[in-house]
Amino acid sequence: MRNPTIALSGILLTCAFSLCAQSVDTTKIKPAFREVNEYVDDNENCLRCHGELKYIIENQGRVMTELMCPDRVINRDAYYSGVHKAFSCLDCHSYEFEVFPHSVEARVTEMLLCMDCHGYDETFSKYHFEDIEMEFAESTHNMPEFTCWKCHDPHSYKAFMRNADDIEEAVLYDNSMCLSCHADFSRFMLLTDRKEINVVESHSWLPNQVAHFRAVRCIECHTEINDSILIAHKILPKSEAVRNCTECHAKDSRLMHTLYKFESLEKRKVGFVNSIMINNSYVIGANQNVHLNRLSLIVFGMTLLVIGFHTYLRIKKQKKS
Amino acid sequence: MATKKIYLYPIWIRLWHVINAMTFLLLVATGICLHYASADNSLIPFQISVGIHNICAIVLSVNYGVFVIGNVVTGNGRYYRKWRKNLWPKLWKQFLFYAVGIFKGEPHPFPITKKQKFNPLQKISYVFAMYLGMPLLIISGIGLMFPERISNTIFKISGLLFYDVLHIIVGFVLSLFLLIHLYTCTLGDKPGTLFKSMINGYHEEHE
Repeated sequence: MRNPTIALSGILLTCAFSLCAQSVDTTKIKPAFREVNEYVDDNENCLRCHGELKYIIENQGRVMTELMCPDRVINRDAYYSGVHKAFSCLDCHSYEFEVFPHSVEARVTEMLLCMDCHGYDETFSKYHFEDIEMEFAESTHNMPEFTCWKCHDPHSYKAFMRNADDIEEAVLYDNSMCLSCHADFSRFMLLTDRKEINVVESHSWLPNQVAHFRAVRCIECHTEINDSILIAHKILPKSEAVRNCTECHAKDSRLMHTLYKFESLEKRKVGFVNSIMINNSYVIGANQNVHLNRLSLIVFGMTLLVIGFHTYLRIKKQKKS
Repeated sequence: MATKKIYLYPIWIRLWHVINAMTFLLLVATGICLHYASADNSLIPFQISVGIHNICAIVLSVNYGVFVIGNVVTGNGRYYRKWRKNLWPKLWKQFLFYAVGIFKGEPHPFPITKKQKFNPLQKISYVFAMYLGMPLLIISGIGLMFPERISNTIFKISGLLFYDVLHIIVGFVLSLFLLIHLYTCTLGDKPGTLFKSMINGYHEEHE
């Protein structure tokens, strides 16, 4: 054989399929997957194990069923509806992963990151990946082993905010990214030696906590506003997080520069300041109605005038008598 | 000139009234600060306003409960009944007195007696303020205090928006009522006479 690498790969592949006894289950392939991806059958070679919560291995007639590490489980529905839905697994992962058991070399291979494909490419310029990279460099998240994938799972990530029809759903999706580590100490401790954070306790100063968590993203207060990118990535240290209520609860609300920044279709409501917010929510202080404000001032002023005039007449009468 | 004294305001009403007045004034002040919140200028900081507003709202609501129960138990509620009888002629008569008669030195068309504590204008405004305005204010306020519990949409608009606008409108109308109420309280024999009544419980007027 001319190429020993191909020969070796062939032997290893044969060996791999004899070790991995999990067969491809075609019933798990939905027609919708094929509509968005040409490599569905190829991907099943990976997903027959990584698409399940358990996998089966067989060696010398002995069969073992093992739990798949949760971080390595790929949800088919999420994958084929995410931003990378058209990809083959091997577009990003080394061909060495076709061999089972996966070699240590394959497992410690440096993974592709966002910038490897999206950076400095005119096709993706509207996403401003370069600016995001710069923001990340200044962020508190910039620490060893922290990559884009810690928040943006490439196997399920959706550009929710950009196409948000339902802000509340987008907020939930976005906050889940933060909470996947900040509310799960087993993941949090992988990157830091800090003590466990109790998000509810650390935000106990915030009135109507549930309403806030439901209506705004963590990054509304925990990032620095950047006008050039849709979602700010410079996560600020805890001490620099916004704690002043009137940053949002005011006419010039911060939310218009963050959460509602690029809302494409502003469905205005008659007379409301920052009206885009009231499609989903109501922010005291930020959503005053200018017509009601004016009307209330006019009515109040007229009442004072009548009272003033009445008082004047009473004083005049008293002086006469 | 002889002075007529009628004991009209028992201690529980005076206590209820003073708590109601104090909390309502604080609610108006903090409510304005919240509505016109700004990072640059705010009479009372937002977070403090929220705290004061919430505490006063709870006190006012409990106090309102005392008022309703007290009216049933003590019979004070009789002063608020039968407000619709000959309503318009009575209102007109009272209005004319405030608009014209008072300057001519005419006698009160509906003098205060043990049986008739309020004139028709007072009666109707108190009935609407206490039995319509206050419940609406309290219910919408509870909704805003527990925003996670209210419906997402009411009448095809955001539930929060509905409750907030209702709260602001009712709050404003009741604030206006307070302003007029304060002014009409200066219309006694002397500007301070009616205020004094709410302290010692006795309505006084020259015969």
